[in-house]
Amino acid sequence: MRKFKEFIIEKLIAICGVASIFFVILIFLFLLKEGLALFKIITPSQFIFGKNWYPISEPAQLGILPLILGSLIVTIGAAIISIPIGVGCAIYIAEVAPGRIKEILKAGIELLAAIPSVVLGFIGMVTLVPLVKNIFHIPTGLTALSGSIMLAFMAMPTIVSIAEDALYSVPKSYKEGAFALGATHWQTIWRVMLPAASSGIVAAVMLGIGRVIGETMAVMMITGNSAIIPQSILQPVRTLTATIAAEMGETVVGSEHYFALFAIGIVLFVISFVINVGADLAIHKRK
Amino acid sequence: MKNSLRSQKIAFFFLLIATLFIVIPVGLIIVVIIQKGLPAINWQFIFDIPRQGMRAGGIFPAIVGTIYLVTGAILFALPIGVMSAIYLSEYSRENVLTRLIKLAIINLSGVPSVVYGLFGLAIFVVFFKFGASILSGSLTLGIMILPIIITASREALESVPQSFREVSLSLGASKWQTTRHIVLPNAVPGILTGTILGLGRAAGETAPILFTVAAFYLPKLPHSIFDQAMALPYHLYVISTQVPNVDEKIRYGTAFVLLTIVLFMNLIAIIIRYQFRKKKKW
Repeated sequence: MRKFKEFIIEKLIAICGVASIFFVILIFLFLLKEGLALFKIITPSQFIFGKNWYPISEPAQLGILPLILGSLIVTIGAAIISIPIGVGCAIYIAEVAPGRIKEILKAGIELLAAIPSVVLGFIGMVTLVPLVKNIFHIPTGLTALSGSIMLAFMAMPTIVSIAEDALYSVPKSYKEGAFALGATHWQTIWRVMLPAASSGIVAAVMLGIGRVIGETMAVMMITGNSAIIPQSILQPVRTLTATIAAEMGETVVGSEHYFALFAIGIVLFVISFVINVGADLAIHKRK
Repeated sequence: MKNSLRSQKIAFFFLLIATLFIVIPVGLIIVVIIQKGLPAINWQFIFDIPRQGMRAGGIFPAIVGTIYLVTGAILFALPIGVMSAIYLSEYSRENVLTRLIKLAIINLSGVPSVVYGLFGLAIFVVFFKFGASILSGSLTLGIMILPIIITASREALESVPQSFREVSLSLGASKWQTTRHIVLPNAVPGILTGTILGLGRAAGETAPILFTVAAFYLPKLPHSIFDQAMALPYHLYVISTQVPNVDEKIRYGTAFVLLTIVLFMNLIAIIIRYQFRKKKKW
């Protein structure tokens, strides 16, 4: 009897073990199920490269190029801000900060990671948006730039914690060797530690960018949501994620618009898949 | 030498600046929300329903909705997550399947939250016909926090020393008895930490509940798991972007309550982790 019970439990454990694989496949299948129906109506290249996103006009125009460019401009902006600051902070925490301050800084970074994106979006709306408007004398502060700045803060915790891990896992002997040769601490960091940790830092940057591309609420609240091809960083834009979040509530299940939003979901899923697998490969290369 | 020491000083100065660029805004955000949100908090704000189109009254239904959602998500994710972690830490071998499982976990944690929302809509709301309900929202959030729980539980299980298992097995205990009575009890604090972090994440996420549960304005409490419900993060989104002329105090107050819940959970997790490290027997 006991053997039978254990047999059941162990089988259950094995089933739960593969649950993650099951859910990833399930997510992908359901996105495909709802999204692929779109391509009976328009071709994939019309969808990806179409310059107009007018989902409720007659006939609907469902080109997501403005949305892709919107995501791209916000992401590039956030990357430019968050990569140097994030990596710099990781080096400071891992190498420079003294013991106690290190713990406080790490707690601060954890705190930032924990703040819900809708709260960051709200804070961005009431502080950053008016600031951007006044500095650049533009009619609205809801711009790609505001989005980039806010999203940079969401990418930083990811970048800092993973880059810091990468720096920690550089063997101690590398550092001691450099010191023994008379290198200063900074020379050791710059010439020895950073190259040795480079693949981990690359992974950190990739995952940070992945976080930015997938971010939804904050970006929807502060980028202004206009689905036009952006000409400058001081214009309102609309990202792929914000489009889904803003429009899904108003669509009819089974309509063209509904299928198109799921097709955007497929695009996002594929992007995040590529980024995460890539980052994982980079981390494993290190080991 | 003198030159290189000077460049070290300059470099370290810039590293410090980079760090301050993160830490100071974080501090400011929290201070501003406390400063402007705390005065809005009173008995009525917490325990009253929203009134006058959410421009007055309280946020009680949103708080209750969030509690229901988070509880549902944990009920779903905790057993699956812990068993999955037991499989990875105690039963799996280094093979292709294990590698695939780990890749899948990484991917689950990277899927954008709004895509979880789409998935939840397609499978729970439309396919299983649960409708926009607490059930659909809880399951969606549950799948979203699964990787957090698996990763934390696995680390906790793996940090139990191998010798514990060997002693138990040598006394004639079976594999499952060893896992159940020796490994698992020693991993409880770590699993708890992961669970609470998962709770915090589920409480703060908006995008996954947008189309699966969230009600724009529903000034009553849900009666069953098939009801729609308000939720704190979505409520904050609604009153800060969709409803004009909401008193700023109400917005800050809502942000304050949400942030307090989320940070409180993180704090508990940090304390448990800290206590556990101090008391560790090995």
